[in-house]
Amino acid sequence: MTARVVARRATCIGAGQCVFAAPDIFDQDDEGWVLVVNDEPLAAAELAAAKQAIQICPSRSLSLVEE
Amino acid sequence: MVKTVFSSERLDPYSPPVEHLQLQAERPVAHLEWPGRGEVWTVTKHEDVRAVLVDTRFSSDREDPRHPAHQAYNPNTHHGQLIELDPPTHTTLRGRIMSEFTVKKIAALRPKVEQVVTRAIDELLAIGDEGDLVELLALPVPSLVIADLLNVPESDHGFFQDHTSKFSGEVTQAERIESITAIRGYIARLVDERIATPGDDILSRQLAAGASRDEVIGLGFLLLIAGHETTANQIALSILTLLDRPQLLEQLRADPSLVPNAVEELLRYFTIAESGGLRLALADIEVRGVTIPEGATVWALANTANRDPEVFPDPHAIDFTRGSRNHVAFGFGPHQCLGQNVARLELVVVLEEVIRRLPNLRLAVPVSELTFKQIGNFGPHKLPVAW
Repeated sequence: MTARVVARRATCIGAGQCVFAAPDIFDQDDEGWVLVVNDEPLAAAELAAAKQAIQICPSRSLSLVEE
Repeated sequence: MVKTVFSSERLDPYSPPVEHLQLQAERPVAHLEWPGRGEVWTVTKHEDVRAVLVDTRFSSDREDPRHPAHQAYNPNTHHGQLIELDPPTHTTLRGRIMSEFTVKKIAALRPKVEQVVTRAIDELLAIGDEGDLVELLALPVPSLVIADLLNVPESDHGFFQDHTSKFSGEVTQAERIESITAIRGYIARLVDERIATPGDDILSRQLAAGASRDEVIGLGFLLLIAGHETTANQIALSILTLLDRPQLLEQLRADPSLVPNAVEELLRYFTIAESGGLRLALADIEVRGVTIPEGATVWALANTANRDPEVFPDPHAIDFTRGSRNHVAFGFGPHQCLGQNVARLELVVVLEEVIRRLPNLRLAVPVSELTFKQIGNFGPHKLPVAW
């Protein structure tokens, strides 16, 4: 039972905090919008970083979808 | 029921007012009398502060006469700047400027910030062995970084620094207005130059993206206002803390890789821009079971939220290893500080270089003799030091 990250670009404000919290999962394109670079099911350590990113995203644009 | 009187004054530079901490423990959503301002609804739990700041029904529109910051609003000097807008206008303008502050853009700024800090410390060392750290380091570094972002020619840096230092210093109101006018005029001239001859800078790119002349002048001025004194205050408070608590300074000397964590923890600890959390409720909105009525002045008290023991155990301890990333010193929601990553970069470089190059830096006066700004952003007026 694991989860993958989903990002809602429409509400993203390009703060980049997700990139700092989980640089292996998130990046920003040149416009500043969030890019999910790892949308595979996450291992335990990656999940912890993803959860931190979700917590600190200022626009609440990130979520985990369980599988 | 309005039972208690609210004050935002910090008597102890290292702590939110005791009354605010009490509110967090006993009345997390409270309705208080605010002398001179009427009434205020205070929100102090970390979770609730984030909920308020993310919900744009708690409005930032300063044109609304009911907004708590309306009295500072001047339609002659504010051209719909980001901080005072609601969606949908805010969303469009913010979206347009986002690309200037990406993680990659900020990383590319590092060499320039290092250069600015190196020169400031060189000049400090050249003038003698004691002085005011606010004047010598805390104010010039962010001013010169912004000058660089706006592509202000080097020959104008002196003018730029001289006037911007008067925005918040201990000067007369007349001097302050003169300097604000001079800088606004200067930015207007810069924008007109970019309209005539586009360059490779923020102002040119905003014009190319469709922003009007007035919008770009407003943006240039906002970047300056929002990114200068705030960062200067935080630089001064960070250094003050390290000098006042030598064990913390020693910790960073022994392991400089802790500096980014220290920057984050000190941001949490001081939350200097707490007035950024003032809002106007546009509807009856329930927070933690309490209904805040339409028309209410609401203050999401981020400084106290950053001491929420449910989020930061032993919250009044300064702990560089605690992992402070989910603080709200830069706010939350759509208005979260646009320049936060620039601020972080400046703070990291300043602390690294001060630790490395000024090993004998010490306070020249006791902390009890320092005076602090209590309106707007928190910070010391002066920081007399010796090196």
